[in-house]
Amino acid sequence: MERARWMRRTMGVMLAIMLVISFGTWSKAYSAEPIKVGVLHSLSGTMSISEVAVKDGTMMAIAEINAKGGLLGRQIAPIVEDGASDWPTFAEKAKKLISKDKVAVVFGCWTSASRKAVLPVFEKADHLLFYPVQYEGLEASKNIVYTGAAPNQQIMPAVTWLLKQNKKKMFLLGSDYVFPRTANLIIKAQLKAEGGTLVGEEYTPLGHTEYSTVINKIKAAKPDVVFNTLNGDSNVAFFKQLRAAGITANDIPTMSVSIAEDEIRGIGADNILGHYAAWNYFMSMKTPENDIFVKNYKAKYGQNRVTDDPIEAAYFGVYLWAAAVQKAKSTDVAKVRESVKGISYKAPEGLVTISKINNHTSKIVQMGKVNSDGQFDIVWTSGKPVGPDPFPSLVSKKKVLAPGKIVDK
Amino acid sequence: MEAILSQLFNGLSLSSILLLIALGLSITFGIMGVINFAHGEFLMIGAYTAYVMQRLSSGNQAGIYFLLSLPVAFGVAFFLGMVVERFLIRFLYGRPYESILATWGLSLILQQGARSIFGANNVEVTAPHWLQGGIQLLAGFQLPYSRIFILSLAVLTIIGMYCYVNYSSSGRRMRAVMQNRDMSACMGIKTRKVDSFTFAIGSGIAGVAGCAVSLLGSIGPSTGQNYIVDAFMVVVLGGIGSLSGTMAGALMIGLTNPLFEYVTTSSMGKVIVFSLVIIFLQRKPSGLFSLKTRALD
Repeated sequence: MERARWMRRTMGVMLAIMLVISFGTWSKAYSAEPIKVGVLHSLSGTMSISEVAVKDGTMMAIAEINAKGGLLGRQIAPIVEDGASDWPTFAEKAKKLISKDKVAVVFGCWTSASRKAVLPVFEKADHLLFYPVQYEGLEASKNIVYTGAAPNQQIMPAVTWLLKQNKKKMFLLGSDYVFPRTANLIIKAQLKAEGGTLVGEEYTPLGHTEYSTVINKIKAAKPDVVFNTLNGDSNVAFFKQLRAAGITANDIPTMSVSIAEDEIRGIGADNILGHYAAWNYFMSMKTPENDIFVKNYKAKYGQNRVTDDPIEAAYFGVYLWAAAVQKAKSTDVAKVRESVKGISYKAPEGLVTISKINNHTSKIVQMGKVNSDGQFDIVWTSGKPVGPDPFPSLVSKKKVLAPGKIVDK
Repeated sequence: MEAILSQLFNGLSLSSILLLIALGLSITFGIMGVINFAHGEFLMIGAYTAYVMQRLSSGNQAGIYFLLSLPVAFGVAFFLGMVVERFLIRFLYGRPYESILATWGLSLILQQGARSIFGANNVEVTAPHWLQGGIQLLAGFQLPYSRIFILSLAVLTIIGMYCYVNYSSSGRRMRAVMQNRDMSACMGIKTRKVDSFTFAIGSGIAGVAGCAVSLLGSIGPSTGQNYIVDAFMVVVLGGIGSLSGTMAGALMIGLTNPLFEYVTTSSMGKVIVFSLVIIFLQRKPSGLFSLKTRALD
């Protein structure tokens, strides 16, 4: 096993060197060659339920830009890699995309665990990743542009909203990895500060499918609401078994931050009817940009497909990058990283702008309730974009001065 | 009170699922000395069969189609098991180490096959309406119909298996081969045929188990992987190749796992169960019920 891996690695390195030597000089002669970009998502394993569609969103934006004549007169050539729901694989593929394929940028990752796995790779190569998913915060790398929500753009408003609905007793349920644990740290601090109580906290391994015991614990704790940070297909098992145990959204509603329209397809709308989710984008939003976005997405991938928040964030992430490239008039990573600061785009969810300070995106915040069509009825909206705060003062004594430059307050 | 009752029921329900999965594993290992890592994939195939059957049905026939999918899943997995036995397992008899590698490879192939056919996204089987909801026993304590259904399915399967092994002539041949292969061959039993049939039956039962788990969660190419480790634990704990051992193993793990999970957490519960099994096997390496044979191996 070890030996085989070693052989493979040396052979890989040798091949890479040969490729570099043979193509390095040759490629310079052709300036209109396509711009290579990396797309890195789990196309297999437990996370594929969510990540395949996000990859589709990225690919659609690339195809659209190409159809309009490309970028700086060049076509964009995506190189798709499968992270296989396995964090070391993500790091390995990121390395491959950067050093072997020499991509200009990488769009990818879903779980924070995979982002944390590739982060050192991007920092070491001083490269650039566009990360499209809401996450737990406490990070502001200069090598990552975060197009999903920071805690203050999803989790914290959701908790505040629930408390305002008089749902004070909260049960926290999450998958056992960095996102749910950090998110719950924030939620617990918030409950303390805003007058809620914690009646239970439970973590299950990713891919867990036996939820009867957890449901029993929930029943015993009698919460007003379950704050759900489960990820991947565990959600299907949880909601199916919750319903089978006779608990509906009227008895104990749940608030989820990782379940969007695409996951509802897998869970089954009737299994999750009436439960809540907090996002920045819902497919049911009525904006002219969204109408076109949904129409194009369905035309490209099938009428039964749905769009959702991470798909949309992946989609406009490509446009933000393209705008930055246009502004810099170059695909050079360092120049693009500079020009991406303050870039705006009119996305399906409304205007999104990358913060000059922390590389996160300001965006609108909304709460939705699942209806029988598997869509969300929007029950609350912030109305205007909310600025990102990756280091909420409730749980952190740190402050971001510039991307990658984080100091104690 | 209702928490205890409901945990007990959860334990029974988990046991029944483990039993359905471990049954096939136990007989293939017992009779052929082949450690079949691809067993979970037969479960996955059964689950996908239920899904395909559902896609074929329309409107309110879903219930009938789900019931029909049980024998169909058995058939599909049985047939596939036969094919696999004929072209792969046959060459691995009595070589547990090689069989681990080969069947692991097979498991990867089957998973990728499912991914190519059905897509990487998980799919869902909607339980027929008569399996939704449950019996309200006490306030706040409901027995889901789906779990009762799985429980009865497991009981029926074990009764069927017991009758087959003890009262049918082909079942008796199977036991004979399990206890002493050479002697049975001398007595004129076609051991090759028995092997092939046994492996197929084991796979078929896994297919039925697949239909059962499709009621609990979603179905994906890696569904089988979620259960295979637990199933192996049941087989090892129960003693290899013994029906009652498998049953006892499934009950022990199924009942204790939710208990530990209730007092600790899901991850910790599993750790405790694993540790207990390891300690137990130190004392009794051949498991709860070891098969006594007169073979000199």
